[in-house]
Amino acid sequence: MTEITTEKARIGAPSAQPFIDGFTEEGESLSPINANASKAPLAGEAVKRHSHGGGVGIPDSSRAGRLTSYTLADFKPLTGLEEDWRFTPLKRLRGLHSEVLSGAAPTVTVSGPERVTVETVARGDVRIGSAGIPEDRVSANAWENFSEATVITVPAEFEADTEIAVLIEGTSTEAAAQHIVIVAEKFSKAVVVLDHQGSAVVSENVEIVVEDGANLTVVTLQEWNDDAVHASSQQAKIGRDAKFKHVMVSLGGDLVRVTPSARFTAPGGEAELFGLYFADAGQHLEQRLFVDHAVANCKSNVLYKGALQGRNAHAVWVGDVLIRKEAEGTDTYEANRNLLLTDGARADSVPNLEIETGLIEGAGHASATGRLDDEHLFYLMARGIPENVARRLVVRGFLHEIIQQINVPAIEERLTDAVERELALTDN
Amino acid sequence: MSTLEIKDLHVSIDTEQGTKEILKGVSLTIKTGQTHAIMGPNGSGKSTLASTIAGHPRYNVTSGSITLDGEDVLAMSVDQRARAGVFLAMQYPVEVPGVSMTNFLRTAKTAIDGEAPKLRTWTKEVKDAMQKLRIDADFAQRNVNEGFSGGEKKRVEILQLELFKPKFAILDETDSGLDVDALKVVSEGVNRAHAEGNMGTLLITHYTRILRYIKPDFVHVFVDGQVVEEGGPELADRLEEEGYDRYATGAGAATIAAAAQA
Repeated sequence: MTEITTEKARIGAPSAQPFIDGFTEEGESLSPINANASKAPLAGEAVKRHSHGGGVGIPDSSRAGRLTSYTLADFKPLTGLEEDWRFTPLKRLRGLHSEVLSGAAPTVTVSGPERVTVETVARGDVRIGSAGIPEDRVSANAWENFSEATVITVPAEFEADTEIAVLIEGTSTEAAAQHIVIVAEKFSKAVVVLDHQGSAVVSENVEIVVEDGANLTVVTLQEWNDDAVHASSQQAKIGRDAKFKHVMVSLGGDLVRVTPSARFTAPGGEAELFGLYFADAGQHLEQRLFVDHAVANCKSNVLYKGALQGRNAHAVWVGDVLIRKEAEGTDTYEANRNLLLTDGARADSVPNLEIETGLIEGAGHASATGRLDDEHLFYLMARGIPENVARRLVVRGFLHEIIQQINVPAIEERLTDAVERELALTDN
Repeated sequence: MSTLEIKDLHVSIDTEQGTKEILKGVSLTIKTGQTHAIMGPNGSGKSTLASTIAGHPRYNVTSGSITLDGEDVLAMSVDQRARAGVFLAMQYPVEVPGVSMTNFLRTAKTAIDGEAPKLRTWTKEVKDAMQKLRIDADFAQRNVNEGFSGGEKKRVEILQLELFKPKFAILDETDSGLDVDALKVVSEGVNRAHAEGNMGTLLITHYTRILRYIKPDFVHVFVDGQVVEEGGPELADRLEEEGYDRYATGAGAATIAAAAQA
């Protein structure tokens, strides 16, 4: 792959030199007002009903300054000029940002080990709001309009030996709201697969609670029909020494916008966020993630890979990683790779790394978008492999790195086949 | 019996400073069972010749011809050339992320033979060939060339040579960067392939060292995109003693004249 842009930053341990007023070991200090900034919206002071971001003095450009609220009215109507909507074709949202979401929500069917509990609960349930708070208008619209939620609980210390399959099947294209809560209790271990299929116009909030010492993998598959429009905010709250892995795969749908976030609430947590998307002609696949290092000694690793083919295939990746002042000892890396397989496709890739303390293990980000590497193709073809087969081998290999993160053989096989079908579309 | 014939080959590349001619009329005929060594200083065009035969898109053939048993090789795509029986062991094999060696070898073998190899015999064949080249078994699970050392990459090139059984093998500085042990292992691999009797070899090298293990029938000295001297194995011995200095500008012309008389 031709590297068009690559950025790397690593910041090591602080120097032993005495501090100079106004300077940190990293250089010039941030505005002193920031020193008084409150913590993440979900940290410490529990869930607030309304917050205009991290606090007074935090600039709008910082992820910490993002408005969060459970109330739709707090978010202004979208114009498309907002930083977090500038790549999204609002006209194709089919009212998710502007209409009352009164359609029937896609049906949810859960299967998995017996000890995992599945409940359908009303809006007033105490677990609603335990891990998530809308960060944009579409998410707030779903929060305002959902009528009931599915709560999946993995009991404490239970280690599920098979995956918990959550089939989310859309049957209508009336704009709808969906709400799912996943709770992995203390020291539990499980894999939850959110499998989105069918036709739907839906805004979805997924709250994920990863309690202390739990090890939770959430796989979210968007294999919608061609007419589907889907916005999904998937927010995870990660406890002490907990491990969270999120694997996002978007293949089908007209417009799919997934916004996963991982918030560390206690030290020792680990988060891995993986993503795979394959955008065909006319498809808009957007992913915006947020890793909030709000406490010390947590680790995160992000890798998203995408392939694009056909006219007006559009993929957007925005990766926000915020290392707050409190988050000493943080180790984080995020990367995005895009393969443009044909002319007429477009990939936007924006890695954002905000660092408010120099006392970290490491922080890096990288992004590269390019075509298939001619030298790879030459090598394979010089061994007799025809060009179309060689191209498929390389693309398959490129995406397989993400698929193999899922660790559920049946799902891996299904996605490998799905990628083959995508590749067959343009005989790549 | 096959013949690879290169006639008056002129090759140029596009550079930022414009077009640059690298091969300035190269003629060479290789037959099954023969080993030809091409020797020359850095920048003489040896590797360009290798890459041009394999069809690397960077090199433009401006005139001349390459034929394999009369078939026009230059008209073939890269993969067609390989299927016709040309194998290039590359000087710098590239890493292909995400493609396992096992998958790659089977896919290539299927393409070359036109049918999938029988799984059981193929697996054994690969395993045996790897063992002979002292390649660890776990390499089969790894991605093509990914994380291999320089020596490991070269061994894997020869592994492919042994498995794909080409009509003509072009070894582009396969010896460079190898320690003596690895050089022996690699040379044995080439000799095994050669001993099967269906292969001609074009061995491109900067050093004479590999010629102690792979005996050439003919030696061609390359300077500035042309063959300036040709001879038998004894020419390699002379190069070992004298180096390439005597082919420096001026001396080259004299040598050509001498060679023409001989």
